[in-house]
Amino acid sequence: MNPAAAPPSGPHWLAEAQAGVLRDPDTAGTLIAAAARELPPAGVTRGRAVLLAAVLRADAGVARLATLYRHGDSGEKLDLLRALPLLPDPGGLPAAAIPLLRDALRSNDDRLVAAALGPYSDHLDQAAWRHGVLKCVFLGVPLARVHRLGERADAELAVMIGGLAAERDAAGRRLPPDAAALLRHLTAATTDDQPVTPAEG
Amino acid sequence: MRIFDPHIHMTSRTTDDYSAMAAAGVKAVVEPAFWLGQPRTCPGSFADYFDSLVGWEPYRAGQFGIRHYATIALNPKEANDLRLTPVLDMVPRYLAKENVVAVGEIGYDTMTPQEDTAFAAQLAMAMTAGLPALVHTPHRDKARGTARSLAVVAESGIGADLVVLDHLNEVTVRQVRDAGCWAGFSLYPETKMTPGRMVELLKKYGTERMLVNSAADWGRSDPLLTVRTAEAMLASGFTEAAVDQVFWGNPTEFFGRSGRLTPAIAGAADEAYAGNSITRGGR
Repeated sequence: MNPAAAPPSGPHWLAEAQAGVLRDPDTAGTLIAAAARELPPAGVTRGRAVLLAAVLRADAGVARLATLYRHGDSGEKLDLLRALPLLPDPGGLPAAAIPLLRDALRSNDDRLVAAALGPYSDHLDQAAWRHGVLKCVFLGVPLARVHRLGERADAELAVMIGGLAAERDAAGRRLPPDAAALLRHLTAATTDDQPVTPAEG
Repeated sequence: MRIFDPHIHMTSRTTDDYSAMAAAGVKAVVEPAFWLGQPRTCPGSFADYFDSLVGWEPYRAGQFGIRHYATIALNPKEANDLRLTPVLDMVPRYLAKENVVAVGEIGYDTMTPQEDTAFAAQLAMAMTAGLPALVHTPHRDKARGTARSLAVVAESGIGADLVVLDHLNEVTVRQVRDAGCWAGFSLYPETKMTPGRMVELLKKYGTERMLVNSAADWGRSDPLLTVRTAEAMLASGFTEAAVDQVFWGNPTEFFGRSGRLTPAIAGAADEAYAGNSITRGGR
């Protein structure tokens, strides 16, 4: 109630929280959760990235990342996935992060699925990546959100999307336009041996 | 008509329920952590349940345009299982989460020493986290259980206006009003409270500090009994404003004391409630 007694908010809060994590990384979970109310809505994702970067400077920082993801609510999980490409790698970051991407791809939360296919999806193997893309088509996630779609989409993905197209067709339903366009590009490329161009989105 | 159901176990409900609730005007819900019918036997089951309350269920509700909040606690019934005592150590972690607006359901089931311990410990956690508390009153020996709950609340030092005692009835409401706590009522087909009886209680005790919920869960229950009660209020002569106070203003005022209601929910409260620290960070 008393403004003078209120905790610092905004940039001050983030600077103090970052220093707090550097002093005691065990406090990171509570501070990363609290960022949702202490920072303005537009600054939460960036603020959490700052705190996660501080976690990675601590002892066993990479191992802490998996725990923070497991203990996070949906917003924290999402922000951690988004932060991955921005985080410093003290060694072993991809090995620790890949299981988190796979966890997100198993979820039915389209925000998590899309985030797992951001720039850090370069670390996913091709089989997992293809299933992620197919899941986006299922869930209606715009394919424009898939990182390096044009470069990574291959003949096997075309077979998978083609199978879905056949099922949808039998049910009187259609693929989303971006998936249909990708399928046309891929099958044309396979037929004509032309390079695949990125799908529009 | 806009409805904020301050106690409903959506984990146990279908998407058809979400559709019907949204169509009837339900815009926000609070889902208290409670037992699931089948007893749990290890703390990990609680972690997964709590994770669902701050993860999957808010997402599911969001598909229907309903804002989902949660309360977190080791419930009184399962507090008696000593294998589950470590759950108390997990609770503070969840109290930091964005959509968690209170500690609950805490309180008594059969009034054992284990329940005493969990109740008092979790009231202290609510005070540390700056959150309200949702207290379940027992189904058996309810009047004495309610009195004992009020004594524990008073002893804890938490403000009475930060506490709701739920599942009240004609016999137990008076002592809760007199103690200055919020009074919660669960509309249940045939058992706990009916719309007609609820209207009579609102006539007798007024509409302030009254929270009316469906408490719909895996038992025989109806997520639209909030709406039916609002209709019964109007039919018996209550004004639209009085109905809005009970089904919107009161829940946003009480849970707004967490400082965690989104502005779209908290800001939609009437001006009359705007001074009650219902906006973000206002506690």
